[in-house]
Amino acid sequence: MPTHTTLAATGNSVVAEAMRQCKPNVMAAYPITPQTTIVEEFAGFVAKGKTDCEYVTVESEHSAMSACIGASAAGARVMTATSSQGLALMWEELHIASGMRLPIIMANANRALSAPINIHCDHSDIMGARDTGWVTLFAETAQEAYDNTIMATRIAEHPDVMLPVMSCLDGFITTHSIDRVSVMDDESVAGFVGEYEPRNALLDTGTPVTHGAFAGLGGPYFEFKKQQREAIENARAVVSAVGAEYSALSGRPFGAIETWGMDDAEVALVVIGSTAGNARAVARHLRADGMKVGVVKVRVWRPFPYAELAAALKGMKAVAVLDRAESFGAEGGPLYLEVRSALYDLEMRVPVVGYIYGLGGSDVKLELMERVFSDLADIAAGTAAPAGLVYLGAREEA
Amino acid sequence: MQQLTEIRWHARAGQGAVTAAKVVAETALAADQYLQAMPEYGPERMGAPIKAFTRISSDPIEIHCNIENPDIVIVLDDSLLDIVDVAEGLTDDGVIIINTCTPPEQVRTAISIPVTARIACVDATGIALDTIKRDIPNTPMVGALIKVAGVIDMDTFKGLLAKNLGKKFGQEMIDANWASVDRAYEEVTVA
Repeated sequence: MPTHTTLAATGNSVVAEAMRQCKPNVMAAYPITPQTTIVEEFAGFVAKGKTDCEYVTVESEHSAMSACIGASAAGARVMTATSSQGLALMWEELHIASGMRLPIIMANANRALSAPINIHCDHSDIMGARDTGWVTLFAETAQEAYDNTIMATRIAEHPDVMLPVMSCLDGFITTHSIDRVSVMDDESVAGFVGEYEPRNALLDTGTPVTHGAFAGLGGPYFEFKKQQREAIENARAVVSAVGAEYSALSGRPFGAIETWGMDDAEVALVVIGSTAGNARAVARHLRADGMKVGVVKVRVWRPFPYAELAAALKGMKAVAVLDRAESFGAEGGPLYLEVRSALYDLEMRVPVVGYIYGLGGSDVKLELMERVFSDLADIAAGTAAPAGLVYLGAREEA
Repeated sequence: MQQLTEIRWHARAGQGAVTAAKVVAETALAADQYLQAMPEYGPERMGAPIKAFTRISSDPIEIHCNIENPDIVIVLDDSLLDIVDVAEGLTDDGVIIINTCTPPEQVRTAISIPVTARIACVDATGIALDTIKRDIPNTPMVGALIKVAGVIDMDTFKGLLAKNLGKKFGQEMIDANWASVDRAYEEVTVA
């Protein structure tokens, strides 16, 4: 059984620790707030000889992911971290990493995108990378950020998956807050993730292969993309199995979605990331007052848990979906669109209302959660119709 | 019932508020409590007014938002009293602890604060200069915090202080820091 040590540590610090424990061979990274302290602490491990990882300093995130791709194709276990504009600058490489089926692990400190310039938390960066073919996990807490990093390694390298995985934590809120976190001993983590056995490694000179070759008109490009879809579909079962195994090891639950109060809830709030805690805290109070409210947290964003959400939300009198990112010109944010889609095949229609909240680190006050539950109660009671998209807590004149 | 204490720190960047918030959090952890400590990141330049937050609780802390109604406010620099509403949202039975030479009765006339809330004053800068020989008031302020509000245990705090300082400094520096904590504990006045 593993030895557990309880720390007072930031999310970034325990992500760096988890990465060290997963024993990557190569890290290539470029600093960007609020991710910087991950690669800074990891560089410290390299300098102190606490890891034999090759640390590659580069001049941009574009180069960071390019170096990761090269190293991963060569046969290394590769990790990196980024945020916001850095993730945006990686965009073309994100597709190349997933297209070349390279199991790179990347932490993303969720941060707003310019303009206007803002360094604080929202999910604009990660939602922009939604369709790049990466398995994507979200953390509510520093603890989950630690756990997700370790699980990500196993998921990425699973022979049925072989895809890059992004492990996302909320900028500043989770990256920089000191929280109570339990970490495992090195040996237990190393035993859980196992040795990486690369397939089709460029450095395996006995069996020469080509990576990322031309597959133009009449070539296998189309079929290749089909295989990528199959791989990320396979990830559903792998995420579930790895999650169950990790739960047994760590003693902490894991699910693609995590529900609170949903056994007898009449209305529910669906949310991603650190705000889930705010929603639960308010829901506890409302429960004490007799309101049957529930909270659904989405922990795996890609592949999206449609079936799990449909099962959890079936029969709800009203559902609120909170998005910390925009999808300009769409009916609502990215999570809203997915939840609506997940509920489409249900026989009974579930009223769904979308909220955009917390952009650019706008403080997620508890009264905002109270307002959402109050709206849901009104819809459930039939005293109000579901409103169009709500910008939750936005000032009329800013 | 959850026992939750919320602390807001006001300081100028570079005075060690974030470090102090961190050690207070670590001290709470050593007593098997739950904790959260987060700075409010803004313009990062020395001397700019900054805020930091600490939550200490008997049970897991789920919420991730700023502290608007602190039980305790700690002010590391009294020049902030003129430019920041340091007592904003302070609970009626709360306490504000200020690094200043001004007596608490006089501070009360200068800031907006609930009549039932307590004001505690200590010359943490003077104590730091005397003991540590440097203008870092954060450590003695924790001594004042322990005297006025409890929240964390003195011996545990001193132990962690020694452990943290021991990584870079010798026993002389540890003794100086301990002395600063003891003096602030003795000298803080409340009204």
